[in-house]
Amino acid sequence: MSKSEMIQTDIGSVLTAEEIAEIDAELAHVPYKSGAAIDALKIVQANRGWVSDQCLQGIARHLDMSAEELEGVATFYNLIYRRPVGEKVILFCDSVSCWINGCDDIKDKISQTLGIDYGETTSDNSYTLLPVPCLGACDRAPVMMVGDDLVTHIDHEMVQQLFASAEQGSAE
Amino acid sequence: MPTIFIDGQELQVNDGENILEACLNAGLDLPYFCWHPAMGSIGSCRQCALVQYQNEDDTRGRIIMGCMTPVTEGARFSLKAENATEFREAVVESLMLNHPHDCPVCAEGGECHLQDMTVMVGHRDRRYSGKKNTHRNQYLGPLIHHEMNRCITCYRCERYYKDYAGGTDLGAQASHDHLYFGRHEEGVLESEFSGNLVEVCPTGVFTDKPFLKQYSRKWDLQSAPSICNGCAVGCNIAPGERYGKLKRVHNRYNHEVNGYFLCDRGRFGSGYVNSDARLDYAGIKQADGSYMAVHQQQALETAASWMQGKKVAGIGSPRASVEANYLLRELVGAEHFAAGFSEAEAPLMASVRRILQTTQAMIPSIKQIEAADAVLVLGEDITHTAPRVALALRQSVRNKSFELAEQMGLPQWQDAAVRNLAQDQRSPLIIVSAMETRLDDIASQCISLAPDQIAEFAVSIVEALAGEPSSNKQANQIAEILQSAKNPLIISGTSMVHWGIVNAAVAIAESLCTEPSGCMLSLCIPEANSLGVALLADKSSPSLPDLVNSPPEVLLVVENDLQRRLNPQQMEQLMSAGTLVISMDMLENATLGASDMVLPAASYAESQGSLVNMEGRAQRYFPVFEPAAERLPSWQWLLKLAALTNHKSLSKIEHFDQVVAACAKSQAEFTNLVDAAPDQSFRDRGLKIPRQTHRYSGRTAMNAGVNVHEPQQPHDHESPLAFSMEGLNRDQPAALTPYVWSPGWNSNQSLQKFQAEVDGPLKGGTAGVKLLQSSASGATQKASCEAVEMQAHHWQLVPVHQVHGSDELSVNTDEIAEMAGMGFVSLGAAVAHKLGVSEGDGVVLASGGTEVSLEVRILQRVAKNCIGFGLGYAETLYLRAGSLATLAVDAQWQRPQPQLIASDKATPDPIVAEGGSAHV
Repeated sequence: MSKSEMIQTDIGSVLTAEEIAEIDAELAHVPYKSGAAIDALKIVQANRGWVSDQCLQGIARHLDMSAEELEGVATFYNLIYRRPVGEKVILFCDSVSCWINGCDDIKDKISQTLGIDYGETTSDNSYTLLPVPCLGACDRAPVMMVGDDLVTHIDHEMVQQLFASAEQGSAE
Repeated sequence: MPTIFIDGQELQVNDGENILEACLNAGLDLPYFCWHPAMGSIGSCRQCALVQYQNEDDTRGRIIMGCMTPVTEGARFSLKAENATEFREAVVESLMLNHPHDCPVCAEGGECHLQDMTVMVGHRDRRYSGKKNTHRNQYLGPLIHHEMNRCITCYRCERYYKDYAGGTDLGAQASHDHLYFGRHEEGVLESEFSGNLVEVCPTGVFTDKPFLKQYSRKWDLQSAPSICNGCAVGCNIAPGERYGKLKRVHNRYNHEVNGYFLCDRGRFGSGYVNSDARLDYAGIKQADGSYMAVHQQQALETAASWMQGKKVAGIGSPRASVEANYLLRELVGAEHFAAGFSEAEAPLMASVRRILQTTQAMIPSIKQIEAADAVLVLGEDITHTAPRVALALRQSVRNKSFELAEQMGLPQWQDAAVRNLAQDQRSPLIIVSAMETRLDDIASQCISLAPDQIAEFAVSIVEALAGEPSSNKQANQIAEILQSAKNPLIISGTSMVHWGIVNAAVAIAESLCTEPSGCMLSLCIPEANSLGVALLADKSSPSLPDLVNSPPEVLLVVENDLQRRLNPQQMEQLMSAGTLVISMDMLENATLGASDMVLPAASYAESQGSLVNMEGRAQRYFPVFEPAAERLPSWQWLLKLAALTNHKSLSKIEHFDQVVAACAKSQAEFTNLVDAAPDQSFRDRGLKIPRQTHRYSGRTAMNAGVNVHEPQQPHDHESPLAFSMEGLNRDQPAALTPYVWSPGWNSNQSLQKFQAEVDGPLKGGTAGVKLLQSSASGATQKASCEAVEMQAHHWQLVPVHQVHGSDELSVNTDEIAEMAGMGFVSLGAAVAHKLGVSEGDGVVLASGGTEVSLEVRILQRVAKNCIGFGLGYAETLYLRAGSLATLAVDAQWQRPQPQLIASDKATPDPIVAEGGSAHV
């Protein structure tokens, strides 16, 4: 690559044209570009599962923010993932209602079944297990989310049933 | 003034202040963390809790935060109520859950606000036995050390760095227990004001990295009131010394000048004082070109014999004190005294002097600059030419938000609310410059013009102001903005070395003086005492080229590296064999190397003198420690020379105060010089002001490794300060404040005990004195500047000032040299594209017979036909502003490889060094 080409391409965004279009659509709704920061992060995460440093820098540049400023937003929210996660994220509620209803035991069962602890991803990259303070379904505790699905009244059998295939998968 | 009650005590308080401020003003010790007098309140730390009662009968009350509660007539509070004291203790206890108990190895220990507050709230015993959170620290460059584990999440660093100083690369990350203050990725902090984090952080998260490598506790430092000699702003500093080494520089509060903050050049740029390149002994050049070291007396006698009956001329210096320059002028006679400016600079400084003495516009202090509600900057990148002024301009653009807040009945100190209200609404700041500046981010308008066109453009504004709208719409619009402002400010200066710009700036300011608002005019000038030496030079004074053309038989050069003022041919001619050159200076340089005799001068930290800043304010600095080896302050060298040559008036003078008095008498401009600080006879309760804290340890033992005999403490016969811990550091005039400390307040927050009221002047007044009174007869002159004529394939050279790199002295500090990098050329993206170069590539720049290889830096905003060159670098020494240059790609260029940098240095400096109190 010649030097002059480098000048033109090094500010090129790592974001895809679709991502940029989606972010631009959000920009139309906010008075300041930085107001679309959360939406932009969500768009990229929906697309890629997580937000890498390069993506974060790309979004920051697109929104005229400094990377530090956007990093502050990204890391403030637990559900913006700044590290790679598995195909599905298990958000396991360990708050008071679930705790009374024995979530500790269920969590052990999940960990045992999938072979992962909080913050870890299965070796086949299918699940990441994260704790969450509340899912707003205390009347059906213990609860968790697996991907986009809310799973209520969890017991050992359900865990077995849900993750049996994964267990086989990781065993292979 | 409302009346409030605190624990039954009736207090008259200022309207609009908050309870925390009211308590501190009343001398009550109410703990706080996140509040800062310059940054207001956000109520984040919950430390300044009090109980507020509804009325006299209310006995329960409710907890409120002092910093978030405005005073109201008749309001009742308690500081001592049990629930308030318990609450405050609980806050500290909760902060301590994660705070490492590493005070003994922490650089903040002994001057830590967190330590002070912990003791103040009475928290002693730890109940928590769990694990503490830990964080990874970041490399933040050679100046700032990061230790995140100590953080108490008060948000002061982020608020200072981002909100106050406009930095973008430090932020708050994550939340609750994981809160982290740092960069997105490791790297050098970009702000020119990052050093203030050291003083803003209430604990040891951000500490002074160079200081860490040669650390001493605050109580072991010997300090003196001093003035920064990094630029013409004249920030007040408090340097600290131990073992003969200058250890660190802290801010010294001056209500009208620097307030609480310094730039990084001022804070970190004094390392040269400890440099190995310092001269220790006088030397006389031998036939083989080497120098023979001689004793002071021998050198002086030889110099006197050289001077006897000869035609002697002297070259002063804009970085030497008024007193040294004055003595030189008297010694050689005004008609043989050159101020030491370059050929281009001399007429500019003469103009600035004339302008300050005759202008109708008001010459503002920094405090007044902060109050401007519309600012026009002509030709300056102030962040690099007068850094502290740029920080003030960042506050001035907030006046719009204060106006909005007032309409809402919101107090100014409600910082988060005021910022939220204003969002990006700012008071107008218009920047007309050749290249992008560091204030572009807050400017309402940036206009890129070549220097000649800046002057022309400014003239169109003058015309528009006079009611003759010019064809230039932008100029008309700016005139309107300035006319509708209540407190407009015009800033210009000498950095473009262009008289037309300065003159047009004055014309704009003076046109606005016909409006009821009046106008402020601030002119940035090159060096710490440029104005002082310009005042000493009169019409009979020769210029440097005059001396080159008719060289004297003997030439005395005082603290001036002529290489920076003359071209190589001139330098050679002046230093030729026909002239005996006697130079006194601190660091090895080209001038010393070409002199027949060299005399080791004391640095600012080892000597006393006055500097006149850009607003004409004379300020005195005092020696922090005694000069080592055979060094002497320049004024003492010159006095001794005067005595040996039997000078008719000077030979009667022995002491510094007599020099000041003689200088004050010699010229009307210096009449007030004696008031810059109290003279040597000042005593507080019968004692001199101590430079050492009362806990100063090992005074008689610390040099036992060198000499077991206990040396006598040095006596200071020249100033009202003592090299001692005896005496009181309290209630003295502000110019004599060596450090701040108050019982229970070991950190720099003890400053509030020295202030007459929160954020007000010191109890001892404001240090320094204004020398110049303008006759207000008008300073505008008809401009007639020769415009630069462009040629095809040529660019016009524009000097690019750098806070790290352009200053002669500070760049001799390892860390500053690392920040400065190498000489560079600044190109617009289009020019770079045309040449086919990108950032970090090399080009050969040819101009006026000089050809240099320079690194390319690419700018977003550059005026047509202009390229910039980094000013003050060895590579760019002979490039001249306004001259034409050609560019070619440097085929031989190699990008600099990463190398060992200052901050990688593993070995600390030895504890006992020569000099200081060991030398009597």
